[in-house]
Parts: sequence; C-alpha cells; structure tokens
Amino acid sequence: MKKRLMQFVTGTTILGMAMVAGAAGISTDVVKIGVLTDMSGVYSAIGGKGSVTAAKMAIADFGGKVLGKPIKLISADHQNKADIASTKAREWADTDHVDMITGLLNSGCALAVQKIGTEKKVISIATGAGSTTLTNEHCSPYGVHYVYDTYALPKVAGGAIVDTGGKSWFFLTADYAFGHSLEKNTAAFVKAHGGKVLGQVRHPLATSDFSSYLLQAQASGAKVIGLANAGGDFINAVKQAREFGIVQGGQTIAGMLVFLSDVKSLGLDVAQGMNFATSFYWDRDEASRKWSQRYFAKTGSMPTMNQAGVYSAVTTYLKAIKKAGTDNPDAVMKTMRGMKINDFFSINGHLRADGSMVHDMFLVEVKKPSESKAPWDLLKVIKQVPGDEAFMSLAEGSCSTVKK
Amino acid sequence: MHLSYQVVLAQLMLGLNIGAFYAILSLGLAVIFGLLNIINFAHGALYMLGAFVALLGYNELGPLLGMPDFHMNYWTALLVAPLVVGFLGVLIEKTMLRRLYKVDHLYGLLLTFGLALILQGVFTNYFNVSGISYNGKPEILRGAVNLKFMMFPTYRLWSIAISLAVCFATWFVIERTKLGSYLRAGTENPSLVQAFGINVPLMITLTYGFGVGMAAFAGVVAAPIYSVSPIMGSELIITVFAVVVIGGMGSIMGSICTGLSLGMLEGLTKVIYPPAANTVIFFMMILVLLVKPEGLFGKEQ
Repeated sequence: MKKRLMQFVTGTTILGMAMVAGAAGISTDVVKIGVLTDMSGVYSAIGGKGSVTAAKMAIADFGGKVLGKPIKLISADHQNKADIASTKAREWADTDHVDMITGLLNSGCALAVQKIGTEKKVISIATGAGSTTLTNEHCSPYGVHYVYDTYALPKVAGGAIVDTGGKSWFFLTADYAFGHSLEKNTAAFVKAHGGKVLGQVRHPLATSDFSSYLLQAQASGAKVIGLANAGGDFINAVKQAREFGIVQGGQTIAGMLVFLSDVKSLGLDVAQGMNFATSFYWDRDEASRKWSQRYFAKTGSMPTMNQAGVYSAVTTYLKAIKKAGTDNPDAVMKTMRGMKINDFFSINGHLRADGSMVHDMFLVEVKKPSESKAPWDLLKVIKQVPGDEAFMSLAEGSCSTVKK
Repeated sequence: MHLSYQVVLAQLMLGLNIGAFYAILSLGLAVIFGLLNIINFAHGALYMLGAFVALLGYNELGPLLGMPDFHMNYWTALLVAPLVVGFLGVLIEKTMLRRLYKVDHLYGLLLTFGLALILQGVFTNYFNVSGISYNGKPEILRGAVNLKFMMFPTYRLWSIAISLAVCFATWFVIERTKLGSYLRAGTENPSLVQAFGINVPLMITLTYGFGVGMAAFAGVVAAPIYSVSPIMGSELIITVFAVVVIGGMGSIMGSICTGLSLGMLEGLTKVIYPPAANTVIFFMMILVLLVKPEGLFGKEQ
C-alpha cells in the first residue's frame, strides 16, 4: 500500500514537473500588455494618455523584448463604466491574448477586470482604483493593487489632520464603491484619533454643481469638510467651496484622494496649505526627478502617482517574467511576490499574498504661491510613512486566498 | 438634519439659480414649439455650443488670429454666442426643418435629436467631457455678496438677474407688442396672416433663430459656473423637457414660472432628501400629467 502511494506521489510529481516545464517560455510568442484607462472622462487627466506614455516608456526602457520575445502594448478607454471595462478585458483575454492589464482608473472597472482576470488567468495590476475590496472581499490570485488604496490614504492624511486640530468632520462623498469605501475608512481613522463625524452627503459621479452639498457641509459647522471623491469632482468641489466663502469662513477642505494634476488645475492660490497623502511626488528625490523630467519631455506635464505607477507596474511585471523565465501567470505572480520593489516610484515595496503592493506613503502639503519656484513646484513632503504602517495589515484583511 | 430658516433660504437661492436656467431654456423651447410645432431636441446641444463659443473665443480665438493676448471677453461673448448659434439655427430651419412642417411632430423631434447627437459627438471627439473651466469671468462679477443668511457668489446673482431679465423681455415682446401679436396670429392661422401681407416663413425662421439664440445665451451665462463640456447640454435638457411638460407646451409665462418654481423645489429636495433631488421634477411631471395632462399653464388643444 505504502509502495503504491509512493509510486503515485512520484508519478504526480513527475507529471507536475512536466507541466511546469511545458509552461516555460513565452506563450503566443509575444508579451502583450493592455492599458485600460479613462481616455476622455473625469479621470482622464489622472491617467489617460499619460498612462499609455508611461507604459510605452517602461517597455522601451526594458529594451522592447523580454526573454527574446517582443513586448506589445495596446490601450483602450473604459469610460469609467464597469460593463465596458469587463467587455474589453474579456475581448483582450480571448482574442488578443493579452497577458497583463494595467491602468484601471476606477474601482468599479478594476473590480470587473480583476474578476475576468481570475477567470481567464490574466494578471491585472490596478494603478488608479482605490477601493480596498480589491484586496479583501474580491481579492484574486492574479490581481495586484499597486499605487494606493482607500485605507492607506486616510490612514496617512486623516490622522494627521485630526491631530492638528481638525476634530469634527463632514463628508462629501462620491456615490459609488470608491467613495463609500474612502468615507468609511476615513471616518474610522478620524474617530480613532478622537475626532467626530457630524454627517455626510453623497453626490453622483461627475457632478457639476456642488453648491447645495457644500452649503449643507457649511451648515453642519464641521471644522473639516472631507472630500471622499476624486479628479474633476474634487476640483469642482474645492473651487465652489471658495466661491461660497467656505474656506474664508474658517472651515478646512481636506481631499482624501488628490492627484498632482488636481493641484495644478486648481492653482496654488486656491489649493495652498492643503494636506493630503500620496504614493509619489515627482520632486521627492533624485530618482523620481530624473524619471519625471523624461516623462515631462514627452507629455508636457509632470506625472501623477498613477501615471508613475503604471511605469513601475509594467517594469516590475517584465522583470518578473525575466526572472521566472516564463510569462505563465502563476509563475509570474509567484516571482513578483518574492521580489523587492524599489525604483523611482516605489520605496520599500513588496507584493503581498492578498495582492496589495505595500510601499512607503507620503504626507504632503501644497506650497504657498510664494514658496513655489517653478510651474510644477507644487508640493512639499512633510512625512514619509512606512508601508506596513500605512496599509491595512494582512491580519485585518479578509482576503479568502490568504492563509492566516 | 435640522432645518433652520437659513438653510432653507440658502437652498431656495440656489434653486432660483438653477431655476433661472430652466426658465430660459424652457422658454426657448416653448417659443419654438408655439410657432413651429417642432419639439426642439437640439436645444441642449445648442446651449452647449453657446458655452463653447464663449470658451473658444476666450482661449483660442486670439492665437488663431495671430494675437496670443487677445481674449474675446465675457460681455462680447454674451452677444456673439447667441448670434453665431442663432445663425446656425436659421440655417437648420431653412435647410432641414422647413421640409418637416407638413408631417407629424415626431419627424421634427427625430431630426433635432439626431442633430444634437452629431453636435455632441463632434465636440466629445475634440474636448474632454470632464469639462474645461472658463476663465473669462469679469472682475466686477467676482467675489461674493453677504445676504445675511448666506454668502452668495456675485456671479450667480448676476446669472439669476440676467436670465430673468431676458425671460421677461421675451414675454413682453410676445404678449404685449405688435410683433408679438403677429407671431401669435401666425401660430393660430398662418395662411390668413400671410394674406395680410406678413412674411410668415421669414417670421418662422427668425423665431427658430431667436429660440436657439436664447439657448446659446444661457450657455454663455452658465460657462463660468459649471465647467464647459460637450455633455453639459444633454444632462440638462431632459429636465428642461420635464419643465416644459409640467408648465404646458407653448405657454410663455408658464415656462418661466414653472422653471423657477421647479428649480426651487429641487433645491429644497437637496436638503430634505438629497437622493431624490434628481428625480423630484419627474415625480412632479407624473403628478401633473395625471391630474392636468395639458400642463399647469397649458390650454387643451
């Protein structure tokens, strides 16, 4: 009996090894990377064409080839609609044989694509989406959440704002998965630091007139108006808050997810003094400056954390293929999980079993117009927060594929 | 949420602001429907076009003419945009709508709906749908006014005032002047009016031009408040149609009053029960259609 068991084990081991050997090398003789992003909507300035440029740069810098096979890039617009994103991802997986999809600017789209990725064994690296559900309830063995999430951002910024006197909060929240998740997590940190939440109001994605919501926030008397939204919505809300004299009246606006492009669009006059959390700022250190200047030469603007994240994500993915000697998704994911991710974007980065790419985060402040020496000299870094402190720990998480 | 009178007053002011836009847009629709019997679905797209004339005149016209420092200012835009769009309206009427007067309403609706989709599609191709901010707001209209119960931006006050002024001027011309009486007579019995030597086809063309010019005017007024985007009209036009239906198709005063009061109703809903703010007007529409199908101010036909 024991002998037969041994035979069986040896047999399956050999079979297993044969399968792994069969998976070596590059399937379909080309590595295809898809950038799925918002090309024309509220989030297009955050990702959009800039993300495609970043991915192109990453491929060119890698030499255009991995394991002797060419790397190809395709891109498409997900229009911030989950159904369009999932149709595109399915098409890419089935007919274009795409190996990895990155970008994914909104949580709805990222969740949809990650689900398809699990089904079709296509790696998805979300750089723009925020919702922590990507690495918890809906985590996937092929899903990576690369740049930031709705836990790390308020953990870094929310606590800091409460500690400097912003004790009472009122939220303006984008009414979908991302906004809800950001509001919920921020509220938890505000309370943990001894602050209180006076109320919240939810607005639809892409709202042009925030006046009504802002007046409710004003009437609440809260010290801090927390904006759990992003991109165009964030910009409109901040602009209109000034129009209605809210900031002048002594209330502070706190953006929970702010991109460099937002600050640029608002101008230092409007945005000065605002504190927020970010994964990346172009003027952070020598390496980030060097890459960002190259990016600037191509696009005419400095990269957002999301655009820089796309470059880093593509590079990390290609490095993993090279190291693993194959583009087999299981092998690549395994290799990526074992890598230290340190480049101009990510500091002390590593990929966890739940898909979260944990790296250092930064608390930044928008400069006063008098402090800014150049058109893109917009932020100063106040604090560097270690990744393990900023991101949710595995023990707190609820990813089903992680053994606790 | 406790309802202090300040909160209510503040929301009513904001409602008046949005209501003024409803009024001016639904008025244009009512004038066009009254005389042409056309349900002008292109109204929203022409409103968007008006805003873009102001935006492009401010940002692009100077460089285009080789004078990078030249900006078409806001006041000029208030005049130019309605003229440009009004002229386009005249062209549309002369070349397309004219052929449809003898057939069912539905054809005019389909034609203008198609035009709206084309305009919107072309602009979406060239411009970001998240909107571009218009920076030509005149210095004198910047800042805010203290209304005791709230700080109200000066520009928004101006937008209410100017929209209402245009609405009432239009009402006056149509209801109280000789020109207006020709227009109204033309609606009732075109052939008889023509027999008196009045050029009815020209009058119809100019009416359409005027109606869409008003949409463009509203677009310019809206540009500094909201971001200028290719889809700004399509978002608004559905609500405006509901306003017209509630007020009664073709009634001038009806459109103005309904526009203002529905704007304020929407404002109040935003404090009482925010999730219903976008739908409250449609609930009203259902209610009105059930009780008084010809609309609050409409006459039965």
